[in-house]
Amino acid sequence: MTHPNLSVDIAGIKLRNPVMTASGTFGYGSEFAPYLDLEKIGAIITKGLSIKPKAGNPTPRIVETPGGMLNAIGLQNVGIDTFIGEKVPYLRKISTPVIVNLYGNSLEEYGELASRLDGIAEVAGIEVNISCPNVKQGGIVFGTDPKAAFEVVDLVRKNTGKPMIVKLSPNVTDVVVMAKSCVDAGADALSLINTLTGMAIDLKSRRPILANITGGLSGPAIKPVALRMVWQVARAVTVPVIGIGGIMTAVDALEFILAGATAVQIGTANFLDPSAAETIAAGIETYLVENGIADIRELIGALKTDR
Amino acid sequence: MQFKSMVLSNVEVSPSYFRMRMTAPPTIGSSCPGQFVMVKVNPAIDPLLRRPFGVFDLGTFETEFTDCGRQTYLEILYKVVGKGTAMLSTLHHGDHLDILGPLGKGFTPGDPAGEKLLVGGGVGLAPLYYLAKELVRESRVHLFAGGRNKEDILCITEFDRLGVETYVATDDGTLGAQGLVTEVLEQHLSRAGANATIYACGPTPMLKAVAFLAEKYGIACQVSLEGYMACGVGACLGCVVQGKDHSETTPDYRCVCKDGPVFDQADLLWS
Ligand SMILES: Cc1cc2nc3c(=O)[nH]c(=O)nc-3n(C[C@H](O)[C@H](O)[C@H](O)COP(=O)(O)OP(=O)(O)OC[C@H]3O[C@@H](n4cnc5c(N)ncnc54)[C@H](O)[C@@H]3O)c2cc1C
Ligand SMILES: Cc1cc2nc3c(=O)[nH]c(=O)nc-3n(C[C@H](O)[C@H](O)[C@H](O)COP(=O)(O)O)c2cc1C
Ligand code: FES
Repeated sequence: MTHPNLSVDIAGIKLRNPVMTASGTFGYGSEFAPYLDLEKIGAIITKGLSIKPKAGNPTPRIVETPGGMLNAIGLQNVGIDTFIGEKVPYLRKISTPVIVNLYGNSLEEYGELASRLDGIAEVAGIEVNISCPNVKQGGIVFGTDPKAAFEVVDLVRKNTGKPMIVKLSPNVTDVVVMAKSCVDAGADALSLINTLTGMAIDLKSRRPILANITGGLSGPAIKPVALRMVWQVARAVTVPVIGIGGIMTAVDALEFILAGATAVQIGTANFLDPSAAETIAAGIETYLVENGIADIRELIGALKTDR
Repeated sequence: MQFKSMVLSNVEVSPSYFRMRMTAPPTIGSSCPGQFVMVKVNPAIDPLLRRPFGVFDLGTFETEFTDCGRQTYLEILYKVVGKGTAMLSTLHHGDHLDILGPLGKGFTPGDPAGEKLLVGGGVGLAPLYYLAKELVRESRVHLFAGGRNKEDILCITEFDRLGVETYVATDDGTLGAQGLVTEVLEQHLSRAGANATIYACGPTPMLKAVAFLAEKYGIACQVSLEGYMACGVGACLGCVVQGKDHSETTPDYRCVCKDGPVFDQADLLWS
């Protein structure tokens, strides 16, 4: 069989394959360049960006848990000025689409970030983070109240002509309600899930291990939750859904695609294997070839639920 | 660089301290003392993250297969503290590992004329051996080794063999002087020349005390830090420490993995 078609379209962003890197797990792209061919992955999503540089939380910020890890980085980032000055020139050199993940501490900050990024040609699209569990203001407030989510997405929409992905939190009672609210407000695509709020305790000191007390759980441990949420949301909305959560292998990625994801993001797996995204993209291609599938789109949402 | 490696030997050199030798690609030879490797202790998801270890030694050996010639090896010296290191300690000759490295910024040798003062606490001696090997070629090297008891003082004979003058201090006095290694260091510092350099690795309280002494005597001092690492390449921001200009409004966080693990003592905020 000739090469199967792996390309997908997310709100007008053309991806050569459905494998993206998840925000906060791939730096600004250059960190991983020695370990994989950036031209072999679908898209890069950069670390969550804010207006001003953000210090992040005190350490320890990371702790390993069975099958996963908790992080409380607190969205440390360089701020939009340094991003434009120092990170964008590097991103210009690669043809892979770069999507900027952003968050604000207030409604206005979301709007301002969106409008400033709107003028930057190297930015293929934005991913609006309304779901970080590690910051006190913003983030999670917008991500758990459907009305607040509508407001923030609506405002960002008015400030950008670029494709807009909204990243949802799993820390809600009904993810479908949140998803619909974001689509109604103008989201071109949805990505889910961000991390699940968790904690870890040190018995010796009888204290929480993370300085922030709680953190966001990621990795293989969250995959079943993510898969279920992607399936629920993909059935309920018409915009493309991007699956995230514990994807370590091509098999994991294909499960998300069957559940309805048009693309996937690789997060924690990058830490264990810096070439994970490239390996997973290659694995998906091998699966298509071996199963005589000409186009990845045949698999999107092809899950059979009848018995 | 990411590579597959084969364990050549893994021996307990002192209770709960192991020295593991493994194969490495020849390019590892370009690594400098103080750099580290991230080791995936098994291919499963438990433990999930790689574990960082300083490069203890590098070298070449004659393989049994004549057509292979000389092979490069890498050694780490590690202490069993938890799940990952316990698993490492069960590996034998012929087992395979996945390794990322060499990573980070190592020690800067500095002026060869100056005295080199290495200060190590417990397993902090690990990166100092490779450093000592490089430094003894041109400089006078002294080692100050500290630990709770004699079992924490590792590989002293190896340092001796390099011609390093060693001073030992233990909390319980079972080896060397009784007390803190920084006390022994201070006795020496009062006599050391102005162009001496301190290179330290060990627990944070020890590094803090060493940094304080370096300030007091006006001596250059490089410290190798630890941080809880997920990626090892500067992407996750998990391993950060506060740089000297840090404040809530002007964040100055440095990545231990990428900006370090070796830092100039004066560049850090010692709170
Ligand atoms: C740059 C660097 C170089 C290092 N070099 C060496 C070395 O040469 N030899 C050596 O024995 N150890 C070294 N360490 C420490 C070593 O990485 C940890 O001891 C190891 O990761 C513990 O793994 P574990 O699964 O056995 O412990 P876990 O079960 O993960 O934890 C057990 C205990 O170890 C602590 N711990 C876990 N990870 C780290 C870490 N990254 N740093 C410090 N403490 C940790 C935990 O807080 C816990 O108290 C180095 C660490 C860094 C960051
Ligand atoms: C260390 C770390 C930092 C993260 N930072 C961000 C961030 O800045 N913005 C964001 O939207 N998500 C962030 N995330 C969440 C990931 O993008 C992803 O949604 C989550 O880790 C689940 O995927 P995984 O199980 O594949 O890691 C972060 C995750 C980790 C582990
Ligand atoms: S370990 Fe990830 S930034 Fe240092």
